[in-house]
Amino acid sequence: MKKFLLSCFVIGCFVVYSVHQRHEGAAVVVLPPAANKPQAPSSTNSTSTASSPTAQPNSPYKDGQYTGEATDAYYGYIQVQATIQNGKLTDVQFLQYPSDRSTSVYINSQAMPYLKQEAIQAQSANVDGVSGATDTSQAFIGSLRSALQKASNS
Amino acid sequence: MKHTRLIMGMPVTLILPNGNTELINEAFEYFRYVDETYSPFKPGSEVSKINAGLPESRWLLEMRSILALCEQTKHETNGYFDAWRGGKLDPSGLVKGWAIHNVALWLGEVGQEDFYVEAGGDIEVSGTNANKKPWRIGIRNPFNRDEIVKVVELAKGGIATSGTAVRGQHIYNPHQLEMPLTDVVSLTVIGPDIYEADRFATAAFAMGKAGVEWIESLPGLEGYMVSSDRTATVTTGFGGYEVAGR
Repeated sequence: MKKFLLSCFVIGCFVVYSVHQRHEGAAVVVLPPAANKPQAPSSTNSTSTASSPTAQPNSPYKDGQYTGEATDAYYGYIQVQATIQNGKLTDVQFLQYPSDRSTSVYINSQAMPYLKQEAIQAQSANVDGVSGATDTSQAFIGSLRSALQKASNS
Repeated sequence: MKHTRLIMGMPVTLILPNGNTELINEAFEYFRYVDETYSPFKPGSEVSKINAGLPESRWLLEMRSILALCEQTKHETNGYFDAWRGGKLDPSGLVKGWAIHNVALWLGEVGQEDFYVEAGGDIEVSGTNANKKPWRIGIRNPFNRDEIVKVVELAKGGIATSGTAVRGQHIYNPHQLEMPLTDVVSLTVIGPDIYEADRFATAAFAMGKAGVEWIESLPGLEGYMVSSDRTATVTTGFGGYEVAGR
């Protein structure tokens, strides 16, 4: 039974992956619920950590967060956590990801066509320094000022 | 002790927690030298001389090594970084990170373990700050320059941000000149040093939305991209630098 559920999850991952392949660029993908999709991991999966599962009509998915097995992708281990909300896959987090990217750059860049997204939010300013785009308008003003200075000296 | 001077038309900031002002002044002198030698805006600079037709046989040895680095970067970024535009040389995009990293290397050579070197928002750090903690660096909100949207901790490395913060300025994709980049507002890259972080941030920014995925594919580099819809896209390893909480 465990094996069956695990294989269901692996198939589910491939479905997620193949849908992602059709999405260009970095994007959070929301899978439309469809009855003929392979079964998603349910709360009976020994590796899942479902929280307050609620069945949605017309959706094979129960709400909650589900942790997949660490899977050998032959260039390293991948482990994801999927979040289902209102019967839809709303987020996939990578808990494990091959860390030695130097040997598998090409494969990984092909296999991971999306990255985590978040809304930007103001943080407390308790920092030693700030990284930001060079204010070239300031540089322009500074340069103009020195040019004008030279111009007034000559 | 934080020291800031306006050099190269931008604020240059140095922090040595042990308060060695002699080294700080020497570092500022070096930045002034780099500005005098490599600024395309100064008529007497080596870059201006080359653009005015100085024969190659009279180019400085150091200039040649910078141009070799520019060529290498152009190759490594599939042409997205190019120091030559319309026959004119402007290596500023590389020289800034190169200069900051040179100062960091020199500070290490003279026995400094803890330092912060910044020029115009591009930073290299080593060791710890005055409180013996890893350096805490904020990433500026590209929509509000008085705000930061992320805090990272660095014990050794560089962090650089490329962006379109300036009104009226457009950075163009050299492969699609007719299309100004409007969707990506800023891209921050963390790398093993500021030279690597800066040149790859510049090139990745020119790639548009694909830039952060390209950074994802490069070993030793992490990225944080802010889009015009106020969302950020982060590479998988970026969280390792993030400071939790507010």
